[in-house]
Amino acid sequence: MTVLDIQGLSVSYGTPRGELRALRDVSLSVPERKIVGIVGESGCGKSTLISAIIRLMAPNARVRSGTVRFNGQDLLALPEARMRGLRGTEISMVFQDPMQTHNPVLTVGRQMIDIQYRDKRSKADKLKRAAEMLALVGIPDARARLNQYPFEFSGGMRQRIAIAMALMARPSLLIADEPTTALDATLEVQIIKRLRELQDEIGCSILFISHHLGVIAELCDEVVVMYAGEVVEAGSVRDVFHHPAHPYTRALLECDPGHIKEKTRNLPTIPGNIPDLVSLPGGCIFADRCPQRHDACTEHPVMSEASAGHRAACHLIKAGAPA
Amino acid sequence: MSALLDIKDVVVRFAVRGGVFSSAGSIDAVSGVSLSIEEGKTYGIVGESGSGKTTLARAVAGLHHASEGSILYRGQELRDLPEAQFRKLRREIVMMFQDPIGSLSPRLSVKSLITEPFRIQGMKGRDLDAEARRLLAMVGLPPEFATRYPYQISGGQARRVGVARALALDPKLLIADEPTAGLDVSIQGEMLNLLARLQDELGLAIMIITHNLNVVRHITDRVGIMYLGKLVEEGETDTVFSAPRHPYTLALLAANPEPDPDAQLMRIELQGEPPSILNRPKGCEFHTRCPFAQARCSTEVPLWQIAGRAAHRCHFPASWEQDKACPA
Ligand SMILES: Nc1ncnc2c1ncn2[C@@H]1O[C@H](COP(=O)(O)OP(=O)(O)OP(=O)(O)O)[C@@H](O)[C@H]1O
Ligand SMILES: Nc1ncnc2c1ncn2[C@@H]1O[C@H](COP(=O)(O)OP(=O)(O)O)[C@@H](O)[C@H]1O
Ligand code: SF4
Ligand code: SF4
Ligand SMILES: [Mg+2]
Ligand SMILES: [Mg+2]
Repeated sequence: MTVLDIQGLSVSYGTPRGELRALRDVSLSVPERKIVGIVGESGCGKSTLISAIIRLMAPNARVRSGTVRFNGQDLLALPEARMRGLRGTEISMVFQDPMQTHNPVLTVGRQMIDIQYRDKRSKADKLKRAAEMLALVGIPDARARLNQYPFEFSGGMRQRIAIAMALMARPSLLIADEPTTALDATLEVQIIKRLRELQDEIGCSILFISHHLGVIAELCDEVVVMYAGEVVEAGSVRDVFHHPAHPYTRALLECDPGHIKEKTRNLPTIPGNIPDLVSLPGGCIFADRCPQRHDACTEHPVMSEASAGHRAACHLIKAGAPA
Repeated sequence: MSALLDIKDVVVRFAVRGGVFSSAGSIDAVSGVSLSIEEGKTYGIVGESGSGKTTLARAVAGLHHASEGSILYRGQELRDLPEAQFRKLRREIVMMFQDPIGSLSPRLSVKSLITEPFRIQGMKGRDLDAEARRLLAMVGLPPEFATRYPYQISGGQARRVGVARALALDPKLLIADEPTAGLDVSIQGEMLNLLARLQDELGLAIMIITHNLNVVRHITDRVGIMYLGKLVEEGETDTVFSAPRHPYTLALLAANPEPDPDAQLMRIELQGEPPSILNRPKGCEFHTRCPFAQARCSTEVPLWQIAGRAAHRCHFPASWEQDKACPA
């Protein structure tokens, strides 16, 4: 069963300079009980993708084409009221910036009780559940801290509270946009472990966005690599990390300081810039920066299979070059 | 050698109001930290979330009052310095905040944001368009970004705007709170290379707070590991990474996720949850979670011990003399 199935999704922003094509023909799916990671350069459209899935888009954003199916229903065609009913219950979110999740003028306890509005339990029970959930994500003195306001917690604590709040609803899909960037490494691995346990217990799927390749490698079953608004590679974490098929993925892996054993003050980067999404170049979207560019690359490559279940959009694959 | 910044026994205390905390009265978010940063060097601060890193940084930047201790900048005491005098120093000591979007005013254009420091400092007669172009180029953003607003840029782009703004006044000490969180590895690399270049060109000292141990390993000269508002270990980065002594440092280094799904991970699991600063554990404050704790640890406070090029606070530090691969 596929929990989330996105096909041919294109999203644009209206700007004074013209249409900014933030997502183009994006397809990906999140199977039941699986954790799918999305990686890609900043500005590649990851947050845009999420905002389109949950339909909380910027006022100047427009879906040009595509479908987003969640447990079989097309979210893009759903009446707003139904969509509102899904958000925070069947699909819950953890954002990059935890302040976005919290209401600054309500105590954390109040907010955590409010999330449980559909439950018939007593307020005391709900508070107890809230405290348990906070303890589960490693907030000390959970019971007492329910009386505090979001600003009284450190950045990392706010993020853990956001995760606790997102999981309270026992969603079938959890969407997490960079949820561990504010955490130290011990907490990060702890949260990853908890996320895995909770995912298993709740039986939900997770769409997990992170720049941290190590975290993706450790947490996810599958990974989708995005570049400048397109999916360029997708497959199991093992295939993609061990046998990257797209030159962009290879460059990304080479840039990870975790891969560089010798201490250096000059870290590798990918020379060049992401193309201007208002006036897109023709052909392969990565061509400008690709060390393996060749004549065929003036044509836009389609996703093709590098190995079973492992696909990438690069002409080298069809040409049978080694991945 | 005289340090650019010399912090001694700094305590930052917050009053806590009524409710369940009425008995506590106050908490020490930073509880006696000493460290010094040399001119042109990079000092990394790592530690658990809530361990007081941001609070310490804000105290140095004059945004929190230090209740105790001393903060010497070029020999001048910053603690209790009147705001009028501190204002001049804000050209030299600048802080980049942790939350990139939240710290950018949504009503200001990128140009206004990055040139705001000139206005705040009352530096008139500058060509703000030219300055904006210069600063944007410095952080690798195209000039047309000047007319955008914070909601029109991605999280990573917002971070670069934050760096541009911080560098506007040619600071001497840059305090960067999580400057690369949320950045992909290539742009993170660009950002860190940029900071390294600026450091070489301008002799900039950098205090960097980060959770990314790979960043710390590559770009810092010294590192301090914080736990519950105190340093548990600090010293030369190479020494601390190759021969960590404090069990929390060991756990932290072992927790660094590898970009390899089949990596053989030797994790040191911490027990329980981070304790509360409202209720600090007796003895060694790490004993409630330390996998190597012994009876003495719950009663006797370990002293700060200087060992070679690093120092730590532990009764039973890991030993690297006999067997380099296996901490005792
Ligand atoms: N409301 C908007 N109006 C115009 N352009 C926008 C708007 N929101 C985002 N963009 C642009 O769309 C592109 C994708 O932005 P998005 O925030 O989705 O990136 P991202 O991958 O989440 O980046 P990061 O990881 O840095 O947060 C960027 O070029 C960004 O500048
Ligand atoms: N303004 C404040 N009032 C009360 N407590 C605070 C305030 N700011 C931070 N704290 C508390 O101080 C501790 C350290 O916070 P912080 O410096 O933000 O940690 P870090 O940056 O390491 O995540 C946390 O327990 C936090 O809840
Ligand atoms: S299609 Fe050509 S330019 Fe694009 S990634 Fe493949 S080799 Fe590089
Ligand atoms: S003093 Fe004891 S409890 Fe504290 S870190 Fe050392 S071994 Fe662990
Ligand atoms: Mg984003
Ligand atoms: Mg912080």
